[in-house]
Amino acid sequence: MAIIKDICTVIRVKKIADSIFEMVLEGRIADEVENPGQFIHIRVTEGNAPLLRRPVSIAAVDKKNHRLTIIFRSGGQGTLLLSRKVPGETLDILGPLGNGFPVDKVDSGGTAILAGGGIGVPPLYGLGLKLREQGVKVISVLGFQTAESVFYQDEFASLGETYIATVDGTSGTKGFVTDVLNERGFEADILYTCGPLPMLRALEAGDYARETYLSMEERMGCGIGACFACVCRKKDDPNGHSYKKVCSDGPVFKAGEVLI
Amino acid sequence: MNRLQVELPGLTLKNPIMPASGCFGFGREFSKLYDIGQLGAIMIKAATLEPRFGNPTPRVAETPGGMLNAIGLQNPGVEKIMAEELPWLQQFDVPIIANIAGSTVEDYVSVAEKISAAPNVHALELNISCPNVKTGGIAFGTDATTAMELTRKVKAASAVPVYVKLSPNVTDIVEIAKAVEMGGADGITMINTLLGMRIDLQSGEPLLANRTGGLSGPAIKPVAIRMVYEVSRNVSIPIIGMGGVASAEDALEFLYAGASAVAVGTQNFVDPFACPSIIEELPRLLDRLGLSTVKECIGRSWKSNEPIAHHCP
Repeated sequence: MAIIKDICTVIRVKKIADSIFEMVLEGRIADEVENPGQFIHIRVTEGNAPLLRRPVSIAAVDKKNHRLTIIFRSGGQGTLLLSRKVPGETLDILGPLGNGFPVDKVDSGGTAILAGGGIGVPPLYGLGLKLREQGVKVISVLGFQTAESVFYQDEFASLGETYIATVDGTSGTKGFVTDVLNERGFEADILYTCGPLPMLRALEAGDYARETYLSMEERMGCGIGACFACVCRKKDDPNGHSYKKVCSDGPVFKAGEVLI
Repeated sequence: MNRLQVELPGLTLKNPIMPASGCFGFGREFSKLYDIGQLGAIMIKAATLEPRFGNPTPRVAETPGGMLNAIGLQNPGVEKIMAEELPWLQQFDVPIIANIAGSTVEDYVSVAEKISAAPNVHALELNISCPNVKTGGIAFGTDATTAMELTRKVKAASAVPVYVKLSPNVTDIVEIAKAVEMGGADGITMINTLLGMRIDLQSGEPLLANRTGGLSGPAIKPVAIRMVYEVSRNVSIPIIGMGGVASAEDALEFLYAGASAVAVGTQNFVDPFACPSIIEELPRLLDRLGLSTVKECIGRSWKSNEPIAHHCP
């Protein structure tokens, strides 16, 4: 696998929930993707504002057609510009970056829980596709703020049992992903998660599966491990000098590896 | 003749372009993207006597045309850098400029002594301008006498030429430049970042965990150009210029201002291929402007108004 810089073509942009956009991109980077959970670093403008690239996780990859699907929330200046791209426009993209989810930790016939929160949901979709391919049973538990922000419910449902939680109770269970997990008490070999830190902490602390892997988010500079913007501490050395870089050592870590 | 070649104390540069300290780590990440042996030099990440974790996150925030960082000199310490990073860098035919930092004069002297003994370290960059650490760093770079004394001691301890990295966060940068020259500096690198801050509108708190950070990127280029222009006219030691360099045009502007070589910082994050792109573009830019060598561009803005062709080296 190599990290490359490529000019990718926007194939499709679609609003799929409140402030949430799905974008399909075509380019050589798709050929280099190794694992679900990797991300790409997008330069949203040729100008200087915003200056830095935007890290966006890969939701799905279609190697045959050299295409990637990304899903992002349009919030700040960069993602707003990104959401306004139209088919045919090109984007300067660096990637694929980071190490994705380990997909070989669960055997065929085993059960995996995918626990996603908000904009942490997208990489779990590509992971679910891959796990299904390998004969793993997938249970998805997805948390959102409210019904309008729910996305990819049908896509996850096509992978297996899917449960929705919303903070305000307008869709699915009222509450958090952990409320669904506590209520249902699934038996699982492995849990993969991506989402806000409080959710990751709760899942790490809970006993929901034999093994847990979490994908972290952090403000990034270079995205390749050179700038030291996105470091986190290791759990076994909370006050020392050891560290992990979210961009290049992560973004996926085994629960208990880093301090979250 | 290599028209891009520049000779500086301790350094024969095959071209005047190098990554700036802190923006390139120790080169490992970039070596996976391109042959880093093509760089003029490499300014490696600051080394301190002991390992440092640096500041809490968030460590970066964006600004129009720039970014704020407060990494806090995270590094594995001089011993580990000498045991693991410098030997690894020896496979590339490129001179290393080792950035050194510390909390006390003794720290600086000790790091200088150690790291200057490495075979591929051809020069030191004395960091008296990091705005993101509580002790040391900028504290040594804002007072002329302190800067001169530290330069003198580090110079005495170092086996290779010493370049002093100046902070723009001073009233009169020329005064500091003259002081380090008097302290025996072989060259100057400038500018480090400008101290800045951003505040989050939701929380009302500074965006950076360190509260303040150093501003870099295209936004600071005019400040850097002005300072290189002023300093280069007032000292006789060479300058490696930096601050918002993103293109061959920017690099040439620094040469014109009075720099003898140019470092690329933040642009490495925007485009990891920035340095090789600039190196590739530079000869074409010289051609377009009817210039034959990099050397003849140095200080053009103030040296002479005569046509370049008549200039004798």
